[in-house]
Amino acid sequence: MTRIPDLAKPVAIALTRCGKTFADGTRALEPLDLAIDAGETIVVLGPSGCGKTTTLRIIAGLETPDAGGAVLFDGQDVTPLPIEKRNIGMVFQSYALFPNMNVANNVGYGLKVRRHAKPEIASRVAEMLALMRIETLAERHIDQLSGGQRQRVALARALAVRPRALLLDEPLTALDARLRDALRLEIDQLLRRLGITAIYVTHDQAEAMALGDRIVVMEHGRVAQVGRPRDIYHRPATRFVAEFVGTMNRLKGRVSGGAFVSAGGAIPWPGAPPQAREVAFRPEDARVADGPGHLNGTIAAAFFLGDRTRLFVDVGEERPLIVEASARSAFRHGQAIGLEVDARGLMAL
Amino acid sequence: MFVAQLAFTLSVCAFLIVPVVLSMLAGLTENYLVGLRSGLTLRWLGAVWAGYRDTIFLSIAIALACLGCTLALGVPAAYGLAKCRPRLARVLEELLVMPVAVPGLATALALIITYGGYGRFRTSWTFILVGHVLFTLPFMVRSVLAVLLAIDLNTLEEGAASLGASFWQRFLHVVLPNCRAGVLAGALMVVTLSIGEFNMTWLLHTPLTKTLPVGLADAYASLRLEIASAYTLLFFVIIVPLLLAMQRLSRPRSAARHRKAE
Amino acid sequence: MRRSLATPSTLLLPAAAFFAAFFLLPLVRLFLVGGSGRGGFGAYASIVTERGHFLALIATLALSAGTTLLTLLVSGVAGVFLQRNTFAGRGLLVAVLTLPLAFPGVVVGFMVIVLAGRQGVIGDVSAALTGERIVFAYSMAGLLMGYVYFSIPRTILTVMATAEKLDRRLEEAAYSLGARPWQVLRDVVIPGLKPALLSAGAICFATAMGAFGTAFTLATRINVLAMVIYTEFTLQANMAVAAALSFVLGAVTWLVLAAARTAAGGTVAAAG
Repeated sequence: MTRIPDLAKPVAIALTRCGKTFADGTRALEPLDLAIDAGETIVVLGPSGCGKTTTLRIIAGLETPDAGGAVLFDGQDVTPLPIEKRNIGMVFQSYALFPNMNVANNVGYGLKVRRHAKPEIASRVAEMLALMRIETLAERHIDQLSGGQRQRVALARALAVRPRALLLDEPLTALDARLRDALRLEIDQLLRRLGITAIYVTHDQAEAMALGDRIVVMEHGRVAQVGRPRDIYHRPATRFVAEFVGTMNRLKGRVSGGAFVSAGGAIPWPGAPPQAREVAFRPEDARVADGPGHLNGTIAAAFFLGDRTRLFVDVGEERPLIVEASARSAFRHGQAIGLEVDARGLMAL
Repeated sequence: MFVAQLAFTLSVCAFLIVPVVLSMLAGLTENYLVGLRSGLTLRWLGAVWAGYRDTIFLSIAIALACLGCTLALGVPAAYGLAKCRPRLARVLEELLVMPVAVPGLATALALIITYGGYGRFRTSWTFILVGHVLFTLPFMVRSVLAVLLAIDLNTLEEGAASLGASFWQRFLHVVLPNCRAGVLAGALMVVTLSIGEFNMTWLLHTPLTKTLPVGLADAYASLRLEIASAYTLLFFVIIVPLLLAMQRLSRPRSAARHRKAE
Repeated sequence: MRRSLATPSTLLLPAAAFFAAFFLLPLVRLFLVGGSGRGGFGAYASIVTERGHFLALIATLALSAGTTLLTLLVSGVAGVFLQRNTFAGRGLLVAVLTLPLAFPGVVVGFMVIVLAGRQGVIGDVSAALTGERIVFAYSMAGLLMGYVYFSIPRTILTVMATAEKLDRRLEEAAYSLGARPWQVLRDVVIPGLKPALLSAGAICFATAMGAFGTAFTLATRINVLAMVIYTEFTLQANMAVAAALSFVLGAVTWLVLAAARTAAGGTVAAAG
């Protein structure tokens, strides 16, 4: 097992009133506040254009926040400091590996720039390459590397300088699905072992839920919700969060007689908020009934996914409901079907 | 269809190369009017060398000085343009390209009108150098700029900065090494264009500061066809290797571009 | 990105200073001198009002237009052919076609004399075949041949670069819909090449307008604008007229190139 390299003490990061308007007038970020604990992994999640990368770049020092905004590292105001002086490690979406240097020189670049002695650089580079399990690539040139290998080199390079925090800008987006899954696991283990403060930007909600201690969901330059993955998933604060993270089924109707009544049927719901006009629930809170159920409709489409079947059920709403069923049953298009919904999973919108 | 197009292309090639070969041959024949039957000789080349050796050296010296100037002015300018906003960069490039768009005659006249009064400057080879630099600078800038833009310079610089590199460290370790190809291609272009420049130089020169093409024009006007041809032959001997090197350079680059694209 | 010590402005400063001192300033002075002669700023109209100048303008325009059309035709055919076919010796042909890129106009003029002058090869061949010696080096035809000679290398590279980017699938789609080769050429290939043809044509036109060396060597009876400017300057010492004419010539060529750049998008290379 490779020795965990000694890192600088992880830093607590805070953003106060940081907004960003670009020179051409685009308002990328509304003034936001964010507090990140030392050693925590925060995932900033949102669709493109929501301001997540801008937030990351402000923390890094590549962008300055508008007047009134401040970035604090362990309580110290680092807003005037450029990125060169903040001692953070950054992994870019395109990795930004230097084409004129081989892997070893790339990884050692941060140390070279800090004027460390050659033998010290060499041993640290070897250590980082071993940590990322790419020792054999030391002499290779950048354009001879695959996507996954470049990713590892980028991580090794960022960590070699003992940064106070690690910033990652959609590092897995450029990779294919299978590689992404494998690397996601590695990154998760790495971040846990290192105990470093990490800020990870992504638009992939599965990634966010897997990696984050806390998730910051952003939309249109604002923070929609901050919380642990479970809280975000089970108690989304806004409709946007509910629909961005995981899949949501929606039903229109009204509360009557202890149940939510909609076009497709009535779901018994003790303690239902009386004014609820629309509810949402996740596919996993509904199941196929034997015979008629709370909701009844017809199958609009059935996709056999190998380990389960995904059903799209038409119950008279705008869009069909999504439910998952066992792979062993066969379902036909147009077949009548009943669904039972667990009321504990209902959320009033 | 293929054969017709091939024949057409071959005849175009012939149109371009036959006069070159003929001119070179004329410089080696004893007597052009008699033709090849009069035998081959090197005496015309010898006569040219004796009479125009200094001119040739001056041309080469100016070309090298031009290279130095375009490197000193052009590489930082390309770097600056790569960091500018795209629209501003395009406007600045437009301006820079003007000396190429405007006829050499006009540029030379403008220079003479403005600086012709400074006697020592006017009669020195640096006067010609200024014209050459104006004309070749855009090529160096564009060549280096193309490479810098292709490598996504800004992200690389941010990467280096995130590791703690200062401006100079970024320039020396990341920017310069990566635009080497552009500098080389630009350098070849600058030297080649400078050696062959005539339109400006004809007006800017003085009897003491003649360049190769100026000497050629003299020879065409006043000397025997054989000597003029030999002089032309000498010119080809100097310039064709440069042109071939430029062609050789541009081919592997497109292969590298294909690799990067995938 | 945060600005550090050497912002774009400091990096561009040396080149900008050089450019301002040795190009912008002189151009301004050129413009002023152009208006300082006997006719005042009316000298700028002399290009159309004075007969000699006007004839030269027409001759230059005709020559440039003719050169452009011929060159585009030749480069178009040869360029597309070379881009699309690979065969032994293709590289050699491309090398030959682009070699004369940096030949100065004087050398091209000399080669025209070698080919079509009084002792020229074409004359020899025609004398052997028909008994009559064809000499056209010193006429419009000779000039045209010279101009086409140095224009082909410049344009063929642009054409080949664009031909490379043409999407063959568009042609395949046309064929699949039943179009015949000449229709595909007219409706798919040529429109696809249009930006290249436009920009290459503009360079060709602008270069021909401002060309001097070839006309100088051929010392023809035909006066192109560049020669008029030259004679006004050296033989007549008529600075104002020379300045005015050259400023107009410069403005016209620059405008043509700028228009082509905006039409084709991106920067376009012109070598004098």
